[in-house]
Amino acid sequence: MSDSTALVEVQDLKKHFPVSRGIIFRSRVGLVRAVDGVSFSIQRGETLGMVGESGCGKTTVGRTMLGLYPATSGNVVIDGEDILHARGKDQLRIRRKAQIIFQDPYASLNPRWTVNSIVSEPMRVHKLFASDKERSERARELLRFVGLSPHLLNRFPHEFSGGQRQRIGIARALASDPLFIVCDEPISALDVSIQAQVVNLLEDLQDQFGLTFLFIAHDLSMVRHICDRVTVLYLGVMVELADRDELYENPLHPYTKALLSAVPIPDPRKDRARKRTILTGDVPSPINPPSGCRFHTRCPIAMDVCKKEVPEWREAAPKHWVACHAVTGG
Amino acid sequence: MAMTKPVLLEVSDLRTRFHTPEGTVFAVNGISFHVDEGETVAVVGESGCGKSVSMISLLKLIPTPPGDVYAGTVIYRGSDLLQKSEQEMEDIRGKEIAMIFQDPMTSLNPVLTVGRQISESLRVHLGHSHELAESRTVELLELVGIPDAARRVYDYPHQFSGGMRQRVMIAMALSCAPSLLIADEPTTALDVTIQAQIVELVARLRESLHMAVIWITHDLGVVAGMADRVIVMYAGFIVEEASVEDLYDSPSHPYTMALLGALPRVDRRRDQRLKSIPGSPPNLLVEPRGCPFAPRCDFVIEKCRQENPSLIQIGNSHSTACWVDVKTGAPR
Repeated sequence: MSDSTALVEVQDLKKHFPVSRGIIFRSRVGLVRAVDGVSFSIQRGETLGMVGESGCGKTTVGRTMLGLYPATSGNVVIDGEDILHARGKDQLRIRRKAQIIFQDPYASLNPRWTVNSIVSEPMRVHKLFASDKERSERARELLRFVGLSPHLLNRFPHEFSGGQRQRIGIARALASDPLFIVCDEPISALDVSIQAQVVNLLEDLQDQFGLTFLFIAHDLSMVRHICDRVTVLYLGVMVELADRDELYENPLHPYTKALLSAVPIPDPRKDRARKRTILTGDVPSPINPPSGCRFHTRCPIAMDVCKKEVPEWREAAPKHWVACHAVTGG
Repeated sequence: MAMTKPVLLEVSDLRTRFHTPEGTVFAVNGISFHVDEGETVAVVGESGCGKSVSMISLLKLIPTPPGDVYAGTVIYRGSDLLQKSEQEMEDIRGKEIAMIFQDPMTSLNPVLTVGRQISESLRVHLGHSHELAESRTVELLELVGIPDAARRVYDYPHQFSGGMRQRVMIAMALSCAPSLLIADEPTTALDVTIQAQIVELVARLRESLHMAVIWITHDLGVVAGMADRVIVMYAGFIVEEASVEDLYDSPSHPYTMALLGALPRVDRRRDQRLKSIPGSPPNLLVEPRGCPFAPRCDFVIEKCRQENPSLIQIGNSHSTACWVDVKTGAPR
C-alpha cells in the first residue's frame, strides 16, 4: 500500500475512547474501539471517499488523522511529514497543510464572530500576512472563490442559510492554503438543491487549487459522483477499497453489496426490479466488537471461519482490496 | 394503481399561515389533492416548502395562534375534518389517521416504557383492558420486527437504537389499524441500510392492513420504488402531481426536473457535473406574486413573474403548474 507519490499516508491508525463509570470513583469499564487499525493513502489531487453506517468510525478517522483527537497509535504522513508526532513550530507548519470542513454548518461557526474573524482566524494562527487589513483583503477574496459576495464580510453566521454557512466553512478551510482537506459529510445537512451547488463548488476548487480530498459521507450516490476511489468502513476497520466504478459495479464484500443494494434509485421501474439484500439489525457495539470478522453477525453468507479468524486484507483484483473469507481470487 | 378505488381523503384549497413578529408567513397556499384507499402518495419538497405543515394542518394540530388554517376543506370519508370539534378530532387522530415523525427520539416520552406508550392508544381509542392492551402491544412489536418483544415492552426509548425507535413509532401508529398513515420523513435521520428496512416494513404493513400512506420526504430517490403517486411542493404550492412512472419518465415542471438533475445516481457512471439549482428557496414572509420558482427557473418567461400558474392537466393523472411546456420550451 505504501506509495511514494502519495500526498497522504495513513498507517495502522487507531483511536480508542475509554468508557468510564462512577462520579467520584471513576473507573474505566470498557474501551470503544472507534478506529481499530486503518491504513490507506491518497494521491495528490485525488478524492478518496470513505463510507459506512453511523458509528463505523469514519468521522473519527478524519479527525484523528489531523490530530484533532490524539491518536491511540499509528502514523499519518502528509506531504512527507509526520503530522501526529510533530510538536511546536513544526506541528503548526505541518497542520497548515491539512484542513477540515465539518458536517454541521450551524455548530461549526462561532455565532459571536463575524465572517471576517472566522475566515481570517487560520491566517492569524499561522501568522500569514502582516496585518489584519491584508488578512481581511484575503478573506474577501476567499469569499469570492466560494461564491459569496465580499460585502458580507462583517455579517454574523445567523444571517446566512445552511448552504451559505457551509460556503463560509469552506472559505475558512481554504484560508491557510492547504494541500489536503477532510470533508466530513459536508452536504448531509443541506437541502437537495443546495447539495449539488456545494459539491460543484468543491470540485471547482479542487481543480483550481489542486486540492486533495478525503470525502466522508453516508450518501453512496454522491460518493460515486465525486470520488476517484472509495473505501468502506465497518466498526472501525476497512472492509473494502477500490476505484470508484470498480467498487460500485463489482463489489466483493457482502457488506458493500448490502450497502449498495439499500441505496434507492430515482427510477421507479429499476428500483422495484432489483434484488435487495436487506441487512437485519443494527451495527453492533464497538465496545466489544464481534470476534473474527466483525461483520459476521449480520452477514448473509457467514461461515464458521468468520467467527474465529480475522479475514486478511488483500488485493483480490488489481487495485481492489478486500477483507473477507468468502472472496476468492487475487 | 386501480382507478376504481374509493377516495379516502380529499383536500381542497388548504391554506395555512403563521403570524410572527416578523410578519405573516404564508406556509401553505391553497393546495388540493386526494388519497385513494390503500394508495401510497409521496409528498416531495425541500425544507420549508410546506409539506409537513399541510399534513399537520389537515389533522388540526397547528398551534393557533400563531398558526391559522384560514381556508380549505379536508373531506375524510365524507365529512370535513376542519369543521370538527377538538373532541371529535381526538377520535380520528391515532384511530383513523395516524402519523409518524422524523425524529423518533423526540416523539417518544423518555420516562415511560414503550409498552405503556403503545398500550395507551389501545386503551383510549379501543377501550381495551389493561391485560388485553398489553398482549396486543407485544403482538404489534412483533409485527414491526422487534426481536424479543415480550421482554422489550418494559424497556425505555433510550434503550432502543434509532431504527428500532422508528419501529416502535410505527407500532404505535398502527395500534388502532388506521386507514391512513402519514409518515413525515421517517427515514431521514437513519442510515441507508436501516432506511431500506423501514421502507420494506411500511410496504409490507400497507399490504396486510390495507392502509393508505402519505410519505413526506425531500428525497426523490426513496419514493421511486414505493409510491403510486407523487406530489411535488414548492413554497407552499403543489407544482406537479403525477403517477410515479410519469413523474420520473417525463417530469413536467422545471423544479421537478431540477431536483432530478441534482441527484447523483448510484447505478450509473458519472458523465457530467451535477445540475445545481441556483439561488435558494423563497422567503415566505412575502405574499407570493407570480410563480414562486421563477427567480431560479431556467425556462422563465415574462408571464411567470406576473401571474402564478395554477395546476393544469397535461395527461392522465398528470398535472403541472407551469406557463411553459418544458418539452418544447414554448409557452402553453
